[in-house]
Amino acid sequence: MSPRRDTRVKHFWLHLVAIVVGAVIIVPVAFGVLGGFKDNGQLATNPFKLPDPWVPENYTSILGSSAFWRPLFNSTLIALATVVLLVLVASMAAYVFARFNFRGREFLYTLFAAGLMFPFTVAILPLFVLLRELSLLNSPLGVILPQVAFGLPMTIIILRSFFRTIPGEVEEAAILDGCTPFGFYWKILLPMARPALATVSVLAIVTSWNNFMLPLVVFTDPGWWTLPVGVQQFQGQYADDTARVLAYVVLAMLPALGFYAIAERQLVGGLASGATKG
Amino acid sequence: MKTTTQGPEGHLPAPTSHRTGTRDGAARPGYAPEPRRPRVDGSLRRRRRLDKLTVALFLAPAMALFLVLVVGPIVLAMYTSLFKWNGFGGLPEDFVGLDNFRRLLEDEVFIGDLRRGLILVLLSVFVQLPVALGLALLLNQPMRGRAFYRLVFFAPYVLSEVITAVLFTMVFSPNQGLVNQLMSAIGLEGQQQEWLANPSTVLYALFFVVSWKYFGLHMILYLAGRQSIPKELTEAAVTDGAGSWQVFRHVTLPLLGPTIRISIFLSIIGAIQLFDMVWVLTGGGPIHASETMAVTMFQYGFRRSEVGYASAISVAMFLISLVFALLYQRFVMRRDIEGAITTMREKR
Repeated sequence: MSPRRDTRVKHFWLHLVAIVVGAVIIVPVAFGVLGGFKDNGQLATNPFKLPDPWVPENYTSILGSSAFWRPLFNSTLIALATVVLLVLVASMAAYVFARFNFRGREFLYTLFAAGLMFPFTVAILPLFVLLRELSLLNSPLGVILPQVAFGLPMTIIILRSFFRTIPGEVEEAAILDGCTPFGFYWKILLPMARPALATVSVLAIVTSWNNFMLPLVVFTDPGWWTLPVGVQQFQGQYADDTARVLAYVVLAMLPALGFYAIAERQLVGGLASGATKG
Repeated sequence: MKTTTQGPEGHLPAPTSHRTGTRDGAARPGYAPEPRRPRVDGSLRRRRRLDKLTVALFLAPAMALFLVLVVGPIVLAMYTSLFKWNGFGGLPEDFVGLDNFRRLLEDEVFIGDLRRGLILVLLSVFVQLPVALGLALLLNQPMRGRAFYRLVFFAPYVLSEVITAVLFTMVFSPNQGLVNQLMSAIGLEGQQQEWLANPSTVLYALFFVVSWKYFGLHMILYLAGRQSIPKELTEAAVTDGAGSWQVFRHVTLPLLGPTIRISIFLSIIGAIQLFDMVWVLTGGGPIHASETMAVTMFQYGFRRSEVGYASAISVAMFLISLVFALLYQRFVMRRDIEGAITTMREKR
């Protein structure tokens, strides 16, 4: 066997495996997309073929209703507010942790880093009691502020390690030119840290977008439901109408997949560095 | 979780003193030892005071949010777990000591949660992670379209657990679902199941969905780990006559050790917290066959108004994560190269 033929055989197997795995990912999604174009009768009798006839009503009726647009708007609003606040608060703390020396620094930093161990799931019940006492139920702040607080550990860890890579000379020069610490942070450090800020923002957006437990307990008012809560409620409401639920799920996927297409690099880089840095 | 007061990077001078408010010597190499710019004492003191003020002001917002919304709930849960409380009307009054925890140890559902969690962890470690590792190595080969494959394999990670779960409710649904339709198409009618309604299959169906969503994450981690192994090492092994299995076994796998350990860590922590997917897919049923600790806690806390007992479950989850994390850091990850890993180690 020639080496060339050898690689060709090897490549055949590599592609075969990759295609099989790819099919496991894509087939359920395609089942959803096509299923949304069928009616429930077709779903039972014609599972694998293309819809015949195509029934766009599932999609069009959802696109024409606030049951989709309202949660989409809420999710967007909450994600953006979370990211802006989180990046601001975390970068300030990370700046201090990275570039100042003060008593108790390592203790405080360890406290924040240990926060990685306390996910929403563990804290959701007391958090709910607390938010109720603070009258933050049915208020977007009731979701935004906890999301910021729980996002701090990861964001501070990533930003601190990035801030440390910026040479001390830059800061020294800025200070000699009369820059205050705040001026340095705001006018020099943040602009220099744009790649790291992009990474943590993308992670925060995905986390906020997919958060389910917190909005589920905070918002009893349907007007505030986010997309994950909306999907779950829609499924409950139309339990017998599989095709319609599929259409809703597919539409709800689109923003996340679109965002993924744009921000894949930051997301992958952020997850890899989030897991390996700290 | 040990607290070091040492400077971050080894090659830079350690900070001179922790008591002064001077800036970090490590961040400013060469600054501390030599008084380069002769300055008046007063100006330096003003600078130090300014530094202290900066530290306080810059940390305050993060500190406040973190203490109130992250640390606060944990403490609150510890307190309320000592009461019999329905969650309403101010603070709880009916103090019961550790009764909730005693009840927990006799609660068959909770014990079952632990057992099911363990099964999910074992399945992840022995099925999902090896598959992810294999695919990462596959995508590390020079082949056409690998960027596209990577894009597809990782895509489920960005979908929310809820969306994934609703989609798979349909995929596993008994009559119109994809799985059963596929089985009848290839002549396996006899094997058709109500996958999510059958206590003996539901946990495996759940595991499949969890893996479908998360294997891409582990694959990405392995891929990043694999790409950070210098080419020279594998090439040297090949030159020395090692076959591809030997290269994998004796070069790649050991060097991926830190990544593998972090990925196992993430799977276990993930299994302890698993909620959204179960809640939407099965609600924990049938007859608790897919229930997790988080679902049990949610049921008691938000559906049955046994907030005291549910708090005890929260505290148990917290302690299990904490003890596990500490032990894992101490005994499993400690051999890892400095700075390579650990989410909690504060060096670096």
